[in-house]
Order: sequence, then C-alpha cells, then structure tokens
Amino acid sequence: MNFVALKMLVADRAKYFGLIFAIAFASFLLANQIGIFIGIMSRPASQIRDVVDADIWVMDSQTLYNAEVYALRDADLYRVRSVPGVEWAVPLYMGTGRAKAPDGKFRTVILLGADDATLVGAPRKMLVGSIYDLRQPDAAIIDNAGYRYFFPGEPLQAGKTLQMNERRVLIVGISDASAPFQSLPVLHTRYSQALGFVGRERNLMSFVLAKPVAGVSTEDVCHRIEMVTGLRARTSKEFSWDAFLFYLRNTGIPVNFGITVMVALIVGTVVAGQTFYIFTIENLKQFGALKAIGVTNRRIIGMILLQAMVVGGTGYAFGMGMAATFFSSFLNYGPTRGIILPWQVMAGIAAVVLFVVGLASLMSIRRVLVLETAVVFRS
Amino acid sequence: MLRDGIAVFSRGITKVFGLGEAQVHALRGIDLEIHLGELTMLVGPSGSGKTTLLSVITGLLNATSGELVVLGERPAALSQEELILFRRKNLGFVFQEYNLIPALTASENVAVPLLAGGAKRQQAVARGKELLATLGMAHRARALPSELSGGERQRVALARALIHEPKLIVCDEPTSALDGRTGHAVMELLSATAVRSDRAVLTVTHDARIFDFADRIAHMDDGRIVTLEDRKNGTPENHLMTASRTLPAQPWSYPTTGELGS
Repeated sequence: MNFVALKMLVADRAKYFGLIFAIAFASFLLANQIGIFIGIMSRPASQIRDVVDADIWVMDSQTLYNAEVYALRDADLYRVRSVPGVEWAVPLYMGTGRAKAPDGKFRTVILLGADDATLVGAPRKMLVGSIYDLRQPDAAIIDNAGYRYFFPGEPLQAGKTLQMNERRVLIVGISDASAPFQSLPVLHTRYSQALGFVGRERNLMSFVLAKPVAGVSTEDVCHRIEMVTGLRARTSKEFSWDAFLFYLRNTGIPVNFGITVMVALIVGTVVAGQTFYIFTIENLKQFGALKAIGVTNRRIIGMILLQAMVVGGTGYAFGMGMAATFFSSFLNYGPTRGIILPWQVMAGIAAVVLFVVGLASLMSIRRVLVLETAVVFRS
Repeated sequence: MLRDGIAVFSRGITKVFGLGEAQVHALRGIDLEIHLGELTMLVGPSGSGKTTLLSVITGLLNATSGELVVLGERPAALSQEELILFRRKNLGFVFQEYNLIPALTASENVAVPLLAGGAKRQQAVARGKELLATLGMAHRARALPSELSGGERQRVALARALIHEPKLIVCDEPTSALDGRTGHAVMELLSATAVRSDRAVLTVTHDARIFDFADRIAHMDDGRIVTLEDRKNGTPENHLMTASRTLPAQPWSYPTTGELGS
C-alpha cells in the first residue's frame, strides 16, 4: 500500500509542494539562523582557540573574558612559573591598536604579542611566510582578511608595511587566523615588539600562557595557580566558554536570533502541521473506503507516517541544500568568513522536522482512527 | 459455515444511536435472510434504516441487539482486527460515490483489495487490468477517476468489488449518481458478473428503475422490513403486519430504463 500512500500524497500537488516548501523554508531558516548564531558567538573565543600551544590562561582575578583585560605585573609571570605542576609559562599581550596603511586608510586592529623566545601565541595556520619571521625587527603577521582590507586586490605577499603608534610595522607573513567578533584585522607580533606598537603602558602583560607538566590535569594546575597567586586561571576550553557566555548574557544577540528561530519553528510547525492535517481530512473518505475494504488501522498508520516522512525528508533535504549553498557561498566572504553549518545543527534540525511531521501525523492518524467507517455509505 | 445457501441471517437486529431522549432507533428488529446466488435489494424511503442495516451487515457498525450471522461468522464475536480481515476476504463494496482514490489509475483502484491483502503491486494491477477488460474497460485501465464518466467509474468500482472473489457484495445506491441508461447498464453488468451460485449481492437503492434486477426486495420503513418480496416466486410477504405506513402498491411497476429511454 506504500505506493498508494505516495500517489495520494503527490496527487495534490498544491498541498504537496506547500508542505515541502513549509518544511524546507523552516529548515533553512533554522539552519541559517542557528549556524550564524553559533558562528558569531564562537568568534569572541577565536583568539583563544588559535593559541594551541598552551592549555592554561592566567589573568587578573577580575578579568571576565578576553576582550576586556586588566594587565598583569611582570612578577606574576614568575609566580605562575613557580606553581608546582606548571611546566612552563610565557607572557601574552592581547589588546587593540590602530594601524594605518601607506594610503592613509586606518583601522583598529587586534594585536597579539607572542612570547619572544618561544613564540607561543603566534599563529599556527600560515598562508604566507613563517612565524619565525617575527624575529625580524618591526615584524608582524597579519591575517588574511586584514591584509585584504589594507591592501585590497593585491596578491598575498610579505614586505608590505603599516604604521602603528608612529612606528613601522613590517608585514612578514599572512596568517589564516580565525575571525574575531568584530571582524577586525588580527596582527601577531613579538611580546616585546607589541610594546612599541601600542604605546607606553605600565603593565603590558595581558595573560600568562602556561602548560601543565605531563601527567597533571590542567584543571588541577589551574586550581593550584589560583591558590598560590590569587590570579584567575582557566583552561583554554573554559576561557572560550567564558567569552561565549559573556556575549550571550550581555548582548541582545541571542534574543534576536532566538526570536527568528522561534518564528521559523512556529510558522513551520503550524503551516506544515495544518497543511498535512487538511490533506488527511480531505482524504478522509478515501481512508474510510480503504478501512471498509479491509485495510488495517496499522497499515493506514503506516501510510500516513510514510507520507509524513516523505514530505519531512524532502523538505528537510531542500532546506539543508539551501542552507549549505548559503554557507558555502559566504564561507570566504570577509565579514562572514568561518561561519559554517555544524553537523550538530543539521542533526538537531532533523530532529525538529521529525517532531513537526510526527506531531502532524499524530493529529492526522487520530482523525483517521476515530473515523466511523460507515461514513463511506453517506453521500 | 454457510447454512442452506444463506449468506446473511439476521433475527431481531436493532440499532440505537444516542442516549436518553436523544435516542434514535435506526433499526427496530430486522429479520432477514440473504441467499447465495441471489441479488437482494433493500429499498425504502430516506431514513428508513437501509444504510444502517448495510453498515451492520458489513460490520462497519455494531448492532445494539439481535442475532447476526454473515457468511457463517458472527461479526459481534470478532475483534476489530478480525472484522477487518473478514471484510477484506469476504466482502466487496460498491459505493454510491464510487470512493475511488483520485490519485490512482482505474486498474490500480481495482487492485486495492489485493494490495490490502499483501499482493505484489505488479501482479495486483495486472489482475485489475484483466478484470477491467472483462467489464469492457480495457482501454480505460490507465485513466484516472477524474477522466472517467460516471458509468465508467462505477464499473471500476464494481471491478474493485469483484477482484478478490468475495462471497458477499454490498452495493450502496450504485445507480443513484448515474443517468437511467447508464444505471441500467451497470446493473446488467452487476447481475452478469457478480451474481453467482456461491455469492450473494446486497444492494441498497432508491432507484425503482433497477428493481427488475432483484431476486428479492426487502422494503424498509422506520427501521423495519415491512415487506419482503420474493420476485423469483412472485410472492410478496408482509413482514410487519402492523406497518403504520402504506407502501407503494407495486413498487416494481415503476418505469424501466428502457421505457424512460423511449
């Protein structure tokens, strides 16, 4: 009877396409909004995730997240190094400054100063040059998007210069650094060099990056650092979550995206559910005839579920196709670069679609099951 | 187990809808025997209980009281699932409004009872085509119901009722949506193909033009069978001596299709 169910479904083209459109549109909107939301909300932690050498971030006890930092004293670095379980600890500068191109174009940039000796904190994904080029005088590595901003249309190559704090900045490499929250250019330099680029501050050290000795858990070492130094110590993962949660709690972004997601969910559910229900109601007499002829309730439930799964699956596939097209189109576009459609979102939306068509099916199934079969004898 | 060639045996069947003051007595003690090899018609005015009786006999409704045996089975003793299987195996339906599935072709519609029984699609549809061919519809096998005339649709419905070789075929107003000539043709086909020695046909109708096709006619009124007319032997039998309404003196003397046509 499966082919009967499918033929019944596709015969009413207006409703069939309406159902698919409703589910496809809702799926697309959900994928689009949730994907962008996750992409945007993960950006504040981009510079944390990009530091792959260190597992521990130590900061002032009042520092909540990475974009607003109260600098540490130089002595704090040695205090951290003295904590049992710390294999090594290095300084990191993270802040902002203004960079100016030779043509006068300027922009605020995110400046990271990696440890001079070890270059811990320097970018790991390089498009042009090497992190060791940072050892040259005035050297800095700029991210791809920043390079394209300052030098639009020009081939990626080292040797360009910028100006920061009346100092020359020699671009020695181009990195593929993750996009920051505000899509600002990202410059990496040496810790000692950063001082010259941002101007004189009494304390420059934003963070101490540390690594636990082998066999000691990162959480344990963080705890020890906090106990011994009074500073705040977080694992990379915890600190990334701190940044995420800060923006989640202190901006209107989640509310804005949440409303759109709810609208997509409600409209998708209502439109798809109602259309499917009406489709069943309009076929009620046919279902009645099938019951009279001897089609079991179980078989009829199977037919309705098959119809629901087909529209749900087709709509979902179209929705994900549209979403994939959208995300792949904007993947390399500057302001939206790095925003992707995680498989977890796709799986979640599949579950939502399953729920929606399941709900619609249940309503329809109930209507068919309570149908008095003798209705077939009424004109 | 069929007794003495009787397909349907009923004694004192009642059917009451609703409760309390809202009760409606649709059937008030139906005694009826439907014989194999015969075409029995249930006739009577609207609201007389014809369709309710048909629904009870086919197990679509439960009787409130009384004894009913259909093809050797007591529907009241069967579970819902057993009842569905019983209908699938033993009953063929022809509905007033055909109730064909609009999305299926004629041959696919005919095949539905076989499909419901688990037959493979290709085999079932092929059998449907064969049956349509015997009813003179081979050329319309691939047509959708919307592309068929009323008579053609009813022939498809008839083929659907016959395809699984049921023992009892029930027809609900099979000619009411058809013009006289087409209705007559459909009844001729029904008589020729459906009525067999091992099968009974029960037809509910208002259409006096088709009474000539009946072997027996049960006249119903107010939930009772008031007259049972054995047209084979020509012996009307007053079933309800206290019938309060006067029936047409000779309902079978209404003009036939041929007369209407001329």
